[in-house]
Amino acid sequence: MATLSQSAITDATPASPAPLLDIRKVAKSFGKNPVLRDISLQVAEGEFLTILGESGSGKTTLLRIIAGFENATSGEIFMGGERLDDLPPYRRRVNTVFQHYALFPHLTVAENVGYGLKIAGLPKPEVATRVEQALDMVKMTPYAGSKPSKISGGQQQRIALARALVNRPRLLLLDEPLSALDANLRRQMQVELKSLQREVGISFVFVTHDQEEAMVMSDRIALLRIGQLEQVASPREIYNRPATAYTAQFIGHTNLLSGEVKDGVARCHSLSWRTGLRDGPGLFSLRPENIRLADGPAEAATVRFRGRVLRQAFHGATELLQIECADGLTLSIRAASRENWDGDLDLEFSSADAVPVKQSQERV
Amino acid sequence: MSREQTIPRSRWLPWHAIVVFGFLYLPIVTLIVYSFNGSGVGGFPPHNLTLNWYRLLFADDAIWTSVLNSLLVAFAAMAISLAFGIPAALALDRANFPGKVLFRRLVLLPLILPGIITGLSLLMLFREGGVKLSLLTIVLGHGTALISVATTEVFAGLQKLDRAQEEASLDLGANYWQTFWRVTLPNLRLSIIGAALLIFTLSMDEIAVSFFLIGRDNTLPLEIWGRLRRGITPEINAISTIIFVFSLAAIVTWYRLRARAETDLVL
Amino acid sequence: MFSRAYRAAITLPPLVWVVVFLLVPYALLFCYSFWSVSPSQVIVHSWTLDNYRQLFRVNVYWQTLFRSMWIAARVTIFSLLLGYPLAYYLSFYAGKRKDLFYQLVIIPLWVSYLVRAYAWKTILGSDGVLNTLLQYVHFTKHPLEFLLYSPFAVVLTLTHIYTPFAFLPIYASLEHIPRNLIEASHDLGASPFQTFWRVIFPLSIPGVLAGATFAFVLSLGDFLAPLLLGGPSGIMISNIVVSLFGAAYNWPLGAAISFCMLALVLALLFLSENLEKKWSYR
Repeated sequence: MATLSQSAITDATPASPAPLLDIRKVAKSFGKNPVLRDISLQVAEGEFLTILGESGSGKTTLLRIIAGFENATSGEIFMGGERLDDLPPYRRRVNTVFQHYALFPHLTVAENVGYGLKIAGLPKPEVATRVEQALDMVKMTPYAGSKPSKISGGQQQRIALARALVNRPRLLLLDEPLSALDANLRRQMQVELKSLQREVGISFVFVTHDQEEAMVMSDRIALLRIGQLEQVASPREIYNRPATAYTAQFIGHTNLLSGEVKDGVARCHSLSWRTGLRDGPGLFSLRPENIRLADGPAEAATVRFRGRVLRQAFHGATELLQIECADGLTLSIRAASRENWDGDLDLEFSSADAVPVKQSQERV
Repeated sequence: MSREQTIPRSRWLPWHAIVVFGFLYLPIVTLIVYSFNGSGVGGFPPHNLTLNWYRLLFADDAIWTSVLNSLLVAFAAMAISLAFGIPAALALDRANFPGKVLFRRLVLLPLILPGIITGLSLLMLFREGGVKLSLLTIVLGHGTALISVATTEVFAGLQKLDRAQEEASLDLGANYWQTFWRVTLPNLRLSIIGAALLIFTLSMDEIAVSFFLIGRDNTLPLEIWGRLRRGITPEINAISTIIFVFSLAAIVTWYRLRARAETDLVL
Repeated sequence: MFSRAYRAAITLPPLVWVVVFLLVPYALLFCYSFWSVSPSQVIVHSWTLDNYRQLFRVNVYWQTLFRSMWIAARVTIFSLLLGYPLAYYLSFYAGKRKDLFYQLVIIPLWVSYLVRAYAWKTILGSDGVLNTLLQYVHFTKHPLEFLLYSPFAVVLTLTHIYTPFAFLPIYASLEHIPRNLIEASHDLGASPFQTFWRVIFPLSIPGVLAGATFAFVLSLGDFLAPLLLGGPSGIMISNIVVSLFGAAYNWPLGAAISFCMLALVLALLFLSENLEKKWSYR
């Protein structure tokens, strides 16, 4: 079905079983400045949800509202069926991994990890056991007696994680915890975090601006744009069936084809293909990897055209090529790396890969 | 960060603050009010408001001579403290030499040591050196004691200085001296002015060191001190009020300058 | 990065000045404490431990020293009790008015010490402001004598003078605490009070130590307040030193007492620094 329903921008997940976290029409303004508008989102038990957005999209604000450091201007939040947002942060069964870790500098690593347990009044032996387990889980056991200033950024990050998880919260919030790490360490931590979440079984709500990170780690992604949800779906769904032009461009590379639909045929420059859309202007997202070198006889529902390579960007196994077609249309295509791209190329794509997208979500 | 949830309202802290501010300002307000009180010091409530004491004050030559002396001393002390305090701060920030730790402690010691110890020691120095006590010895005393103020302020300013700016200057062809005059010093302008104001004010009020190094000419605090020994006169309230007004003006100026300079520095 | 000439130019002048005008005088102080004064009021450069012996044997000297320390201790405690909550209020509650309030705390520092001490004299005297007010509202029939010319007056005045000194380093250390630590503590289940006790207060201890040291050392060596307001029962050690350099004319003894004060101050500074280092977490 090619039409898009409004519900796609709020939540594509069916409501059963009962969600862990239910955010209902939350809005937040700082003075006259609206930062979040009408956010409704549900987080399931054991789910890894990423809130993805550019800076200024409101993602951190949303996280802070869930944690309790900000009050929503309107709307409600429920956790396990009970009101969450009228509790102060220290009474919520929610823990946070902060962006810059916020480890207590005057306490040792073990004392940091055991902080929440001590506050809760657990007996010392139990605190010690659980701290040990938590340190073991993040592989930081030898550092138990060290002070935070003496360990590296990546290590601090693990301690921040252990400190939050040891309290067995119902929900873990992570505020861009990997942004201060260098690229390799980051990739490693992404994998570790994901497997940790599977192991522990707690719902994670992860905030980031890095779309690759979101795709690697998440069960679902909630894409936030200027305070509103653009699309909430699994990584594959969001990648293969982006709802809007913004989504298509924010996540991965894409070609945006704008054209005219008439009598079931979409036309964009010299390209045309069959589509079920109604007549009128149409916008389509076509991923570079879906354009391939034409090979053999043309099949049904395939669009063929010719083009010339303008630029190439080497990415290792593949390259991103910028192709100029007849009548000036430029497209990006992703192809297996080759030394030489001289001359005109025969290219094709399946019409099903031209995904219709909206220009944007209606802004409230 | 929203303060709403994280730090809940406290009921007693604001009251405590009010009480402390009241305590800090009570004597100052009393002074000002009673400087206009006709029957001088004492008695409550104040009545018979008059400018009499101010009139008496302005006719009092001895006080004005001492004010002049204090001003001279303050400016001279400012010059000495800055002339030696700025290099001291730079040396502590950038140079390594034997005895650096001792030097640092020595420079900063007068800041925390009770003034009379520094005053006494200098008195002994001048005595052994056969130097007669005069305004000059007071200048030397203030200058020495207040180097610590200049050093502390400038050192703090140096920490805020972006080293890369100096490196950029050197990279672009300026030598060390040019870099110092064109880059380092302008960036330190704020600290230096702050230090100068503070040194000036402290010198105008200085008693402990001056007490031992005074010759024939009085500074203002010592002149007031002398009169207090002989008995309370309400003129003192008047001159104190004037001192307060000047101090207030000085600190307000300092804050305005600082606010303006800070917006300049933020690129 | 800096040339030798540059480094010499910035190091030598202050070094020379400080040696001549600080190191040598303190050394002289030390020497004087071992000399003596002849009956004809001439200072004799003969070496003796007499001055120190006197200091410990004659009651008035060491008693006054201890009384001074006790006064200084009280001033310190009160300054901290007044200054800490004030600093806390400014740092965490004052919001936009923070700078204004900070200036308001600093302004009294810039007003002459002598002037402020004198003002307290005005307020506390038997026909001073406070007494006449108390009698006016019939709180008491006769003027309260203990208000002036007593250790009470000295402690009160010195507390007034040194509370801003205690406030400054405490405020600085509170300002330095990253606010996300407070959020983290709340996130982990600690109530605001628990957060204060387990996170904020420990991190402010270096500031408290610095403020306490300032208040203690400076009030210990104070001679103006006791002279103006202390009366005979409020005499402090510095007053004795001053008279030894004045009317009582015994410089060597005065030097010995001063040197003891110097040693005491240095010991306190040393102790305070080490404690600060222990509590600092860099």
